[in-house]
Parts: sequence; C-alpha cells; structure tokens
Amino acid sequence: MSDASLSKETISSKEIGPKSSKDFATTPKRRSFIAQNPSVLWFLLALAAFTLGVTLLSEAAGSAVISTSFVKTLGKTLCLCLVAIAMDVVWGYCGILSLGHFAFFGIGGYAVGMWLMYARTEAIVAENLAGQIIPPTQAEISDAIASQIFGVVGASEFPLIWGFSHSLILQLAMVILIPGLLALVFGWLAFRSRVTGVYLSILTQAMTLALALYLFQNDSGLRGNNGLSGLQNIPGFEQVPQAQISIAFFWASALALGLGYVLFAWVLRGKFGSVIRAIRDDEARVRFLGYHVESYKLFIFTLTAVIAAIAGALYYPQAGIINPGEVAPIASIYLAVWVAIGGRGRLYGAVIGAAFVSLLSSWFTGGGVPAIDLGFYTIQWTDWWLVLLGFSFVAVTLFLPGGISSLFDRLVRKET
Amino acid sequence: MSTLLELSGVSVTFDGFRAINNLSFQIGEPELRAIIGPNGAGKTTFMDIVTGKTKPDEGRVLWGDKGISLIGLSESRISREGIGRKFQKPTVFEAQSVRDNLAMALRNPRGPLDVLFYRKSAQGAARIEAVAEQIGLTDALERTAGELSHGQKQWLEIGMLLAQEPRLLLVDEPAAGMTPAEREKTTDILVEAAKTRAVVVVEHDMEFVRRLNCKVTVLNEGSVLAEGSLDHVTKNPDVIDVYLGR
Ligand SMILES: Nc1ncnc2c1ncn2[C@@H]1O[C@H](COP(=O)(O)OP(=O)(O)O)[C@@H](O)[C@H]1O
Ligand SMILES: [Mg+2]
Repeated sequence: MSDASLSKETISSKEIGPKSSKDFATTPKRRSFIAQNPSVLWFLLALAAFTLGVTLLSEAAGSAVISTSFVKTLGKTLCLCLVAIAMDVVWGYCGILSLGHFAFFGIGGYAVGMWLMYARTEAIVAENLAGQIIPPTQAEISDAIASQIFGVVGASEFPLIWGFSHSLILQLAMVILIPGLLALVFGWLAFRSRVTGVYLSILTQAMTLALALYLFQNDSGLRGNNGLSGLQNIPGFEQVPQAQISIAFFWASALALGLGYVLFAWVLRGKFGSVIRAIRDDEARVRFLGYHVESYKLFIFTLTAVIAAIAGALYYPQAGIINPGEVAPIASIYLAVWVAIGGRGRLYGAVIGAAFVSLLSSWFTGGGVPAIDLGFYTIQWTDWWLVLLGFSFVAVTLFLPGGISSLFDRLVRKET
Repeated sequence: MSTLLELSGVSVTFDGFRAINNLSFQIGEPELRAIIGPNGAGKTTFMDIVTGKTKPDEGRVLWGDKGISLIGLSESRISREGIGRKFQKPTVFEAQSVRDNLAMALRNPRGPLDVLFYRKSAQGAARIEAVAEQIGLTDALERTAGELSHGQKQWLEIGMLLAQEPRLLLVDEPAAGMTPAEREKTTDILVEAAKTRAVVVVEHDMEFVRRLNCKVTVLNEGSVLAEGSLDHVTKNPDVIDVYLGR
C-alpha cells in the first residue's frame, strides 16, 4: 500500500521534472513556526534563563541573594509584561488604542481574590467554631464567613456575585468569562458603530472609570475601597513558607508570559497578522477587500482582554491586596505608556517597556533613589517620579518613535 | 451578455446638495465601460454607492443573476459578492511587502477563523506570481509596498483587484500621476481584465479613454448626460457644453 503510493509519487514528480526547479522556487517553504520567528525562540530562552537564575538565587533555594519580597516584585513584573504584550497586540498591531485593558487585569485579580478570601476565611471560621460543643450548622458557618469578610463595609451577608466564590474552579472560570464577556459586549457595541481613534479611547476610559466607581462603592459587594486583602495566603498551603510560594507564583507567571508570547506570535504570524496590521493602517481599505473588520477587531479585543485578566489573576496573589485604585483609569494609561516606551508593534518591545518602566518605578517610588537636595528645594522621587516618567515618554515619542526596542534594529543594521 | 449591475433612479443628497440625481446605469458581463465627466460630477460617489460606502436616499441597486439588492449590505459583504474597487488615491498597505498585499487580496475565505488557520499553498503562491507578472511587479514581490513608485503602487492596487477575482471591477482614475508608458500598460491590463468580467473605469484623460476603445457614459451633476461610443458622445452638444462651454 505505502509502496504503491510512493512509486506513484515518484512517477508524478518525474513527469513534472523539467518544471520542478521553478516549482520549487514558487512553493512556499513549510518551515516550522519557530524557524520563521527566531525572536520567539530567543525570548523563550531568555525567559527560561531568567527564571532559573532567579530561582537559584532565591531564599527558597537556600540562597539569600534575592529576597522573597523581591521575588514577588519580579513575579509581578512578569505579569505586567504579559498584560503589556496584550496591550501591544490590541494597540501596536491592531491599532485600537484601548485605555481599558488594565480594567480587565483588575477583574482577573478580583475574580481570583474572591476565592482566596472566601477559602481562607472559611478555614479561620472553621477553626474558631471547632471548639464549640454543638457543631455549627452550615448557615452559621456561612454567616460567620460573611460577617468576617463584609464587616468592614457594615454588611454581613454574601452578595449575589459571591455565588461561586466557594469553588476555585468556578472562580477561575470567572477570570476568563467575565472579562471575556465584558470585552465581547463592549467591543461589539463600539466596533459595530464604527467608533474608532480617540473616541474609542475615551469610551474605554469611560468603561474603566465606571468599573472603578462601582468597585469604590461599599455596597458593590466587593468591600468598597478596602478591596480584597490577604491574597498572599494560599488556602491549603498555610504551612508552606512564603519563600516557596513566591517562587511557585514566579514560575507560574513566567510560564504564563511564555505561553502568552507564543500564542500572540502565532496569532500574528502569516495572513491573520497581515490583516490585523492592515486594519491598523487603513481599515476602510480592508473592508473593500472583503474582510469583516469588526469581527477581527472583536477577536483581538476579546482575546487580549482575557490574557490581561489571566495576568491580573496571577499578579494579585503576589501583591497580596487588590483595591479599586488598581483599576483607576490612569493605570490603563500607564500601560499604554509602557508599550510606547518599549516599542509598539513588536512583542518583545512591550516586555522591555513594561519590565523597564515598572521596575524603575518601584525603585524610584520605593525610596531606592536618594532625594536630591537643591538647597531651596528637595526633590523627593516619590513625588517627582511621575514627572520624570512623563518627560521620558515625551522624549521617546519625539526622538525614538519606535521605542527602546527599535535600538535593536539599529544594532542589527550596523552589523550587516 | 447579461446585466450584472443595474442602478435605477438612484439619488444621494449631502447636506441638501444632490450629488447623485436620479441616476440610472447598467453594465453587463463581460464589458468594459468608461465613465467621464467634469470634477464633482458624482463619479466617485457612484462607486461609493455600489460598494456600500454611501447609502442612497432613493433608488435601486441590483446585482447579479438573481438581482439581489446591494443597498444596506456591508462593504465587506459587497466585496465578497464579487465587486472590487480601486480608489482614486492609491491605497496599498505600505508597511507590508508586495507579496503580503497580494496574498491578502487572494480569493479565499475571509472569516477570522479561516484566516487564522490559513496555510500557505502552492496554488496561492502560483496565483500571486501570475498576478505579479501581469502587473510587472515580479521582481518587487519581496519589497515593501511603501518603497514602490507611484505608478507601481497603482498597479499593485490593480493587481490586488485581480487577485480578488471579482466579477465587477470599479477603477477610479487609474492613470492619474502616471507617465505615458505607464498609462499604456495600464490600459492593456484593464482591457485584458475586461475580457472575462465587467470593468468600469473612471477617467479624465480623453486619450486614455480613447485607447480603452469602449462604450462611454458621460456623467454630469449626478446623472447621465450621454452614453455611446467616444466619438458619438463627444459630438453631443450637451457634452461639448459641459466640457468646453465653461
Ligand atoms: N461625503 C460627502 N459629503 C459631502 N459632499 C460630498 C461627499 N462626497 C461627495 N460630495 C460632493 O458630491 C459631489 C460629487 O463628488 P464626487 O463623486 O467625488 O465627484 P467626482 O465626479 O469628481 O468623483 C461633489 O460636489 C462633492 O463635493
Ligand atoms: Mg472622483
């Protein structure tokens, strides 16, 4: 059977013998995805080396070069890199300047935080009630958990939106479903009415503001401006030291970033990427080519929203707390600034921008940089960092429109 | 030759100004047709109506063997029905290679998932080579479209139209900014394309229209002023009035 088909093939290739050299030139080479995108391989290697290096130098590995709190900072930075590449895909590749992607990030954090808080409070309540002679009823336990969690906002009952909080699986599903549905509905309404450019940016800011204002309310069911806290305590792992938990989350963040990077690079390869970039450059023309532009935008908007939410779900257990301030409209603007500084339209540019600016930011605002005494005035970096960031943003926009990562191109061009 | 596109009694008003006024127009398949007319006659607006960019206030736009109405269909849907359009100002995707530009235009399923899982095929590559040959851009396939000369961009856009394999091609002022040699090549491409499909060419340049050697429709103030061979319409006193009288 296989012999027969083999010989058939040999014959047919003989028949087209004289033409075959031309055929070879016109047939697109079926190279593997990685071979076509060497930068993906380089990125994954760098990420793996970084992850391994940090692990070996961490307290979990018995070394004390990198403190547990710094491991957390690095793990959080990886999550920020993940939301930044999502931002880069939606803005840098597809041309949708969404100023709302940090809202999706925050929703992911809230979704996972609800389970973390519920499960941990449940454990504490169970411990407290264990000593009683009469075993507590289910309703008593539930009431005790609710008053523990919602006491700060003067409530003692579970709001409807906490309906799934007892289940990790369901709450993880919410990490994807809520931002996914929100992005789908919002995007469908906005793209269908052909809202583009600055109007779309304003609309996404309005969505973010509405979400933040909702979360700030005490009766929102999400503890108002107290937010959700104690998220670093992972239920079921109370005995495991934070040094190890931090490494586990660091690894999970690195894995998510690696997978997210590969996913986006795959989505943006070939013809789909071509259409997406064409939509960015001239969407009307893409319509006349027969592509339903709105569907493409909706696909990218929703996909990136979901990835942003996953990044948030990994970020907040490392941060330990999430409050409405995190999803304030300004956060989404910072996200755009990171991508612009790193270089939009290339995935590693977003990674560089997010890592560079967010680490620098925590260095400046965390008191790492000494204040400058000018005699008549002292520059406190906690106050002045934003001014510096603003100037850097303007400088990059003016003098390095391709962002930091465009410096690589210059290096490569010099070599050749 | 059967009727492919039929407009009847179409009118469009922009802020009280009637850009298209009770326009009726028919084209068969295959056919080559030139539309001439002074600036502001409504030639581009006519194309906007057919391709779904502008909705007419009244009138009918019927398409194909079944005579479906194009009014209210989205631009992308109309394009998938088999209507390709070349804009007055050349619009190609300058940041991408000539090959990628043509690949996007190739006649293939257009849904997001179809495109996401699309795999390059030998037929697709062969089709791209063939179109590139036709528009004289074989050696420029790997070049960035933004690097092309003005004339080459016009051809690339025509090539993208051909790659779409539409039944009707609407071409808006293709010869603008071309050298005489380039114009000649452009007429050749259009005449060749019209052998198997309907082609509508809007052009100012009479020499260009003469070389197309086809039926001419004269548009003025949003409606048809005269129709027939070029010699026939240029003898028409109304046409002379419009073109020479001012
Ligand atoms: N979107 C629009 N809004 C307002 N006026 C328009 C619009 N499009 C075209 N017009 C007007 O309609 C008339 C016909 O324009 P057009 O179709 O572009 O003419 P041409 O025959 O030169 O291509 C012009 O007077 C133009 O100003
Ligand atoms: Mg015009």
